[in-house]
Amino acid sequence: MNETLMNDNRLAVLDHSRTRAKSGKPGAERGRISVRDVDIVFDTANGPHVAVKNANLAVRPGEFICLLGPSGCGKSTLMNSIAGFVPPSSGEVTIDGEAVTEPGPDRGMVFQQHSLFPWKTVKENVAFGPLMAGVGQNEANSVARTFLSLVGLAAFENAYPNTLSGGMQQRVGIARALANYPSVLLMDEPFGALDAQTRVMMQENLLDIWREFRNTVVFVTHDIDEAVFLSDRIVVMSASPGRIIADIDVKLPRPREQSLLTSPEFMALKRQCLDLIRQETLNAFQQQNKAG
Amino acid sequence: MDSQSNAAIRTAEALVDTSAKPSGTEATPDACVSAELSPPEEKSQVQSRTPVMIWFRTSGPRYLVRIMALVAAVLLWELASDNGFSFYVNFENIPAPSVVGAALGAELAGQEFYLHILHSLERVAIAYVMAVVLGVVIGVAMGRSRWAEDIILPYIELLRPIPAVAWIPLAILMLPTEQSSIVFITFLGALFPVILNTVHGVEQTNGLLVRAARSLGASRTAILWHVVLPGAMPSIVAGLAIGMGVAWFSLLAGEIISGQYGIGYYTWNSYTLIQYPQIIIGMLTIGGLGTLCTLLVRKGCSPLLKWQARGGRS
Ligand SMILES: Nc1ncnc2c1ncn2[C@@H]1O[C@H](COP(=O)(O)OP(=O)(O)OP(=O)(O)O)[C@@H](O)[C@H]1O
Ligand SMILES: [Mg+2]
Repeated sequence: MNETLMNDNRLAVLDHSRTRAKSGKPGAERGRISVRDVDIVFDTANGPHVAVKNANLAVRPGEFICLLGPSGCGKSTLMNSIAGFVPPSSGEVTIDGEAVTEPGPDRGMVFQQHSLFPWKTVKENVAFGPLMAGVGQNEANSVARTFLSLVGLAAFENAYPNTLSGGMQQRVGIARALANYPSVLLMDEPFGALDAQTRVMMQENLLDIWREFRNTVVFVTHDIDEAVFLSDRIVVMSASPGRIIADIDVKLPRPREQSLLTSPEFMALKRQCLDLIRQETLNAFQQQNKAG
Repeated sequence: MDSQSNAAIRTAEALVDTSAKPSGTEATPDACVSAELSPPEEKSQVQSRTPVMIWFRTSGPRYLVRIMALVAAVLLWELASDNGFSFYVNFENIPAPSVVGAALGAELAGQEFYLHILHSLERVAIAYVMAVVLGVVIGVAMGRSRWAEDIILPYIELLRPIPAVAWIPLAILMLPTEQSSIVFITFLGALFPVILNTVHGVEQTNGLLVRAARSLGASRTAILWHVVLPGAMPSIVAGLAIGMGVAWFSLLAGEIISGQYGIGYYTWNSYTLIQYPQIIIGMLTIGGLGTLCTLLVRKGCSPLLKWQARGGRS
């Protein structure tokens, strides 16, 4: 009885998300990202530092891409420019044809860790986006409950974040980002701080959710298994200054399960990425040694 | 439609599955925690059954020690006074606790004493409320705006070290009534700790949380209200408690002015009249009221900080 109620509720949410998607731009799907000739330069004490160099990237609506690259190569910086936190020094970032100038609820963010509001309960955290969008308290609460059951945490709605495990906190973070029905979901190493088993569970969980939402996902990671398992496409970045050096299609069938990890196709893709990354990591080390 | 709902049900099952994994062999920490943290309602039930017992086992002995420490001091004092102890420190003219107790009984039976307390409470209340409102507003402004900080900080640096007593002449010259002078001095005492702690708390704002709020569509005011203030709250509450303590000892200084009522006035007046037991009663009353008010502030603010409590601890 309760179960069916919950499912009805969830279907309503998803229908809602579709109608919202349509109302954005008639006929067009939402969530097309375009990064054109983007350079990002930071002013530092040692002079200008080029974090991202000449990045070009086109992401189709509903596509799941992973940004893969060695540490410090500018993955977060590139993602932050899509999010609207870091303006490109030159070039342009657009979402559905509109230039990105500031962060907004159409682009949900999931951070690596500790980004839940510790003074808000789990439910209040998830209801925050809808409230900011001007939805009434009651509706915001019911949206929050729906998304919490989507990530399997309905029973913890009144708990405070610091009483949850890291994996549970990240699921709340995902629910919070989705509660705004974003057309783009930006995830910066969201599972990086989790142990291996929890991470695998979270990956499957994420794919389940994404299968229903079908929004565009940009997922930053330096875990090659994770990138291959999750994405439609892997965008590999070079060591600093970050350039896009490879764009690999991942044509593995969906829905994906853990058994995939041992299939020859998976292995081949993994090898391909591994070679690219190894080369780039070596380059990065050499550069850092020179700089140091 | 049908296939859609089926898909949803399948996903729901998958999700329920992952979240309710039994914590068996090599269970993920995630599963462990969800098993161990059963939904909050159940947990609080289990806890609320034995809070008194828990208190007796954990806090009881410690409170006993604290009470014994005080009792020991009173006993020593009684001995010293009764025997006229005089070796560098002189107890010959200090009334014994028993004498003070008798005097206190007499005071409590009359009305004057309560009037003194009421007057002091009134002054502290007015001064404290003003200090808290102004202090938090100024502190938030300073923490958020460099301009505000640059304009206000020099005043604070300059005025803060001035002790309350030193303000008495100016307060009398500048303000129309005795009452307003005393309230002003008390207010100043409470103001600075509130401002400084608020600034400190606001400046500690977690940038990541601000970014999260912005990406969720929060406006600047919403960020102030939902991110900056709650984040600064532990520090603000600490400031409020310190401010209350300082308010009471500034009050004592201020009440030197008053020729009428107030527990500070009572104490000074007893000194001029050489009523030794009354001096001690006055001192202890100020100490007791200060502690009590500080405790009230802490307790009153604790709902604002309940998110800090972790798991079973409180
Ligand atoms: N605000 C900033 N000011 C100055 N330099 C910055 C800033 N943000 C990033 N950088 C520099 O830009 C480069 C890219 O940083 P970024 O955080 O994007 O790397 P990353 O690929 O996300 O690395 P990681 O995998 O370790 O998270 C680094 O050299 C970093 O020091
Ligand atoms: Mg990063």
